[in-house]
Amino acid sequence: MSAEPDLTVDLAGIRMKNPVMVASGTYGYGPEYADLLDLGRLGAFVVKGIRIEPWDGNPPPRLVEVPGGLVNAIGLQSPGADKFIADYLPFLRAYDVPVIVNIWGRTIDEYERVAERLSAAEGVAGLELNISCPNIKAGGSSFGTDPRAAAQVTAAVRRRTALPLIPKLPPNVPDIGGLARAVAEAGADAVSLINTIPAMVIDTAARRPVLANVAGGLSGPAVHAVAVKLVWEAARAVRVPVVGMGGIVGAREALEFIIAGASAVAVGTANFRDPLAPLAVADGIRDYLVEHNFKSVRELVGTLRLP
Amino acid sequence: MMRIEQAAVVSHEAVRGGYRVLTFAAPAIAREAAPGQFVHLSVAGLIEASLRRPFSVYAAEKERIAIMYKPVGAGTRAMTRLAPGETVSLMGPLGRGFPTEAAEGRHAALVAGGYGLAPLCFLARRLGRPGTVFVGAATAAVLPSVGELSALGWDTRTATEDGTAGESGLITEALDRWLAEAPEALVCYACGPNGLLRAVAERAARGGWPAWVSLERRMGCGAGACLACVQKVRTPEGTQWARVCRDGPVFNAAEIAWEESDCVAPTAENRTPARS
Repeated sequence: MSAEPDLTVDLAGIRMKNPVMVASGTYGYGPEYADLLDLGRLGAFVVKGIRIEPWDGNPPPRLVEVPGGLVNAIGLQSPGADKFIADYLPFLRAYDVPVIVNIWGRTIDEYERVAERLSAAEGVAGLELNISCPNIKAGGSSFGTDPRAAAQVTAAVRRRTALPLIPKLPPNVPDIGGLARAVAEAGADAVSLINTIPAMVIDTAARRPVLANVAGGLSGPAVHAVAVKLVWEAARAVRVPVVGMGGIVGAREALEFIIAGASAVAVGTANFRDPLAPLAVADGIRDYLVEHNFKSVRELVGTLRLP
Repeated sequence: MMRIEQAAVVSHEAVRGGYRVLTFAAPAIAREAAPGQFVHLSVAGLIEASLRRPFSVYAAEKERIAIMYKPVGAGTRAMTRLAPGETVSLMGPLGRGFPTEAAEGRHAALVAGGYGLAPLCFLARRLGRPGTVFVGAATAAVLPSVGELSALGWDTRTATEDGTAGESGLITEALDRWLAEAPEALVCYACGPNGLLRAVAERAARGGWPAWVSLERRMGCGAGACLACVQKVRTPEGTQWARVCRDGPVFNAAEIAWEESDCVAPTAENRTPARS
């Protein structure tokens, strides 16, 4: 076994060099980390959430560190679709990397408009549909936690775009399999999960919430085991590919998602400490494939051995 | 250009005021670092930390870069154990620093609250021509040393709120007394708690001289990606968020859209550089 394993993934038509993408909101819009690496080495670049019009997000403090992770309430600050297309997309187009744009809206109409606008832009490989942000009251999680609303917004966006459509699912639902099925039946080409887990932190000296938004979403190693269970359940429930994320630091966590049934993975919070983490994760997956005699990462997907 | 370097500790010493100075060998970052920029530090083994820790550059010369910090939380307490030869991961230089050209033909006044002095020491060395430096602290025990700046020919003024060192009272009071007779061609560079920076900004607006302030905020990525450390600034298009880590941390004081809450001095737990 000396042949180099095949790391390529075709995620609902998005051709990735390796299965490791960067999670929305953790790598900015492109230029932020471009000094440190060739963005073309990433499996895919998932852009921070874009709304049709600009959005201010929440007041600071927006982020607090907790053991094993972060609680954030950035609140989907967004430059708006037109500014993103004019100012950031040309930069990303210069790299040989699929660009997946995370989109959100406060209403179904806003989701439709931003999907339509981005579908007409050159250089967008897919849309991740954010229906699970815990930090936005309208839109955000109100769509994602109800399978019927999630299916409705997915179907509405489906009618406006031919791009691969990937709803991003929340963790805080009673039946993740049912939710994944609902969006798949409504036209999703893949699903990604998990978004952050609703969380809050209290400053005991002041008896005040640390975040200006009061509550936020937990990410990082603390959520990983929760995410593995949810990815496993979602992957069993649907035929469409699953993108697994939540607390990946190294290859081991990424491999858990793949073995649980994820076709691709995303590194998020770990990027803040090590922006090169996605490359190390991809290298580690490659080493695992060599060691365990897999010719392709695709062969490893969903190979969990149950007792 | 931002880089990540494995930086070996060259020296690590306790200095006056309960602060510590860590010097690293980090050639690429040291060469490019400018006053007011910062480095984002990750200590190996501190696995519970998801974030790096931001520190203003205190000194950068040839291949060496130094930071000044105070042990206040788990991260900075872990840093106190760093010994020469050990390495940390440094990301930097980050952010926009103080514009040194703004001091051409003007008398430079540096205003520091506590170890806000760190980036201003670096600036003083790069400015060349000495000016006046103001350093305030609550009490003598936490007042950083200004000996180095005196040696460079700077006129140093210190104040403590309890009068245990220097003038008694707030450093802004010492600044006001000096401003009454200060040269007209003046530029101010400041770093410290928000309340102090806002006070400097108000005096600059009244006096019609330029002021540059370095903000301290809770930071996440340090590179402008996560949008955690935002500050409202005035632009021709209206008030907008700026990223303190990438668009700052140094801003023209006149551009900052101050909030009422900015009057509250940061506590050890909520200040950004060397936060924990």
